[in-house]
Amino acid sequence: MAGMANPLPKIATGIGGFDELSRGGLPRHQTTLLKGGPGSGKTVFALQCLVNAVRERRERGLFVAFEESTRQIVANAAGFDWRLSALMKRKLCFVDARLAPEVVHSGEFDLSGMLAMLKAKKDELGASWIVFDGIDVLLTLLHDPAAEMREIYRIRDWLVANQMSALITAKTNGDYDFMQFMVHCVVDLARRIEHGVSLHRLQITKYRGSDFMAGEFPVSFGPSGMEVAPPEPAEIRHQASTERISAGFQRLDTMLGGGLFRGSSTLITGLPGTSKTTLAGKFAEAACRRGERTLFVSFDEGAEPIVRNLASVGIQFRPHLKSGLLHMYSARTESIGAEDHLVKLKSLIRDVRPRCMVVDPLSAIAKAGGLSAARAVASRLIYMVKDAGITVFITAINEGDDPSTEATDLQVSTIADTWIHLSYVIRSGERNRALTIIKSRGTWHSNQVRELILGASGPVLADVYSAGGEVLMGTLRWEKEDEERGKTLQRRAEFDHKRRELQVSEADTRARIKAMESDLARQRTELALYSSDNEARIVSTTEREKELHRIRGGDAAKANGSNGSRSSR
Amino acid sequence: MLKLRLYVAGGAPNSVRAIANLAAICKEHLHSAFKLEIIDVLKFPLRALADGVLVTPHLAKLSPFPAAKVVGNLSDRASVLTALGISE
Repeated sequence: MAGMANPLPKIATGIGGFDELSRGGLPRHQTTLLKGGPGSGKTVFALQCLVNAVRERRERGLFVAFEESTRQIVANAAGFDWRLSALMKRKLCFVDARLAPEVVHSGEFDLSGMLAMLKAKKDELGASWIVFDGIDVLLTLLHDPAAEMREIYRIRDWLVANQMSALITAKTNGDYDFMQFMVHCVVDLARRIEHGVSLHRLQITKYRGSDFMAGEFPVSFGPSGMEVAPPEPAEIRHQASTERISAGFQRLDTMLGGGLFRGSSTLITGLPGTSKTTLAGKFAEAACRRGERTLFVSFDEGAEPIVRNLASVGIQFRPHLKSGLLHMYSARTESIGAEDHLVKLKSLIRDVRPRCMVVDPLSAIAKAGGLSAARAVASRLIYMVKDAGITVFITAINEGDDPSTEATDLQVSTIADTWIHLSYVIRSGERNRALTIIKSRGTWHSNQVRELILGASGPVLADVYSAGGEVLMGTLRWEKEDEERGKTLQRRAEFDHKRRELQVSEADTRARIKAMESDLARQRTELALYSSDNEARIVSTTEREKELHRIRGGDAAKANGSNGSRSSR
Repeated sequence: MLKLRLYVAGGAPNSVRAIANLAAICKEHLHSAFKLEIIDVLKFPLRALADGVLVTPHLAKLSPFPAAKVVGNLSDRASVLTALGISE
């Protein structure tokens, strides 16, 4: 029906989510019936519409209350930021239309006088809106179904004649079903108790001439009033950032291939005591150190103990709390429904505008009435946070040590971008914490198990040794490390020894070379000396032969040359 | 002296019947010792609203003490008499 030539004119109610469900709000100049049991939120819905009309569109409204006194209604609405008393001067008029119990009934009455009075009031005020709150209370006084129907039609005719946009609320248990046929729009409100927590639901059951979202939707009450949770949009639009931010400490960042992606969601699962909060705390502290606004939400544990406990492992929240970078919010899960937690977190995110956020543990909201509700809230929370571009750390307690049991609980592991699982490894009388990255979308990540050690200066990840297919932790790891250290020392000693040996033999060789070199030099000198001696000897021999020859007076020719000896041969 | 005020909505059937019923009661039980004011809320709607009148017909006993209110066309005479403190 969206393509109708003349779409029905509608007025936004200002009730979060409802305007989406109803494709624009309530029909203008038409009547809407709000039906539901006691405490289902009919009065809040009606009053919120009126307050919104007055505040957003400067309309004027009449609120005719058949069930509660004006004072009661104003007091009930005091929890919302509507500033009713300021509006009540000239913009919003309450008419106390309760028939006092002491009023005597005698015969039939009708509403013609009342409508005449309301018309005068409406004209005086210039009202375009009117609420008949709890009309059933008045109708039952008629004690006659025919008269009830007659008066309802009288009201309808009056509304049409006066061009009023109207809301009629009634507790219906089948008595006033006929009202559904004379109004344009019917909204069903319900309150149910599930798992000890009251849950509110809203459903549009009729909208003449208009398309609307069918089905029951959860309702919650926040500071600005009622809010209806529309279904998650079918299309997911998240910015995918390539910026990496620290997951808390360097070793973990390394395991994650360089840190977390900005705006991603990380799920940390593990048994109680596996340091999920510590890991989340480290992440929050790192965010604060980068100067980023951070919201730390804890369920079922107060902010003070968390700050103290984290300080014992070297994670300091106090300076960041003081500077206002870190905002902590603690809630008791079972006090309100899961939907209400979501609304509260929504408004906190609006106020704090965090860049990083921790929810510890998200699994606690499963206690806040109904697993299906908690599941819906958990996934909506993650989507909401991702829409806002916030990098979030979510912890979840899983009952068994098998990480997949978590998946059957809140089913957030499929939504989360990164999933870190913490577990205990018990061996040789020791319980040690192990950290595994089960998945991390869009990034390389280590497939190795690391031992998580909590020191006074924060969590540290230690290498885990695998020996014969078994991982070694705690003392066994230490022993292994010690053994490794021993082996290294031995190897080093052996090496040193060998080197010294080599050094000695090298020195020896060098010494020998030196000795031989000096031998060589001596031999050379000797050789040189020997050569010149011989020369001298040869010369002197010749001279002596000459001398001898001269002395003997021999043949000169025969004596010329050194072949004298040859000739003598 | 009994002072009464009856709020009616113009010529609406219940209002017309209320006037008739009250007139009969007065005639039979009160003789002349009463004062009755009839207000048409169609003419004086804001005054009626200020008086706390909601549905019509609406009969108010203003004096003597205690005050009383009766809603309806006054066809149940006994309850009207009780409310006005008149013994039959």
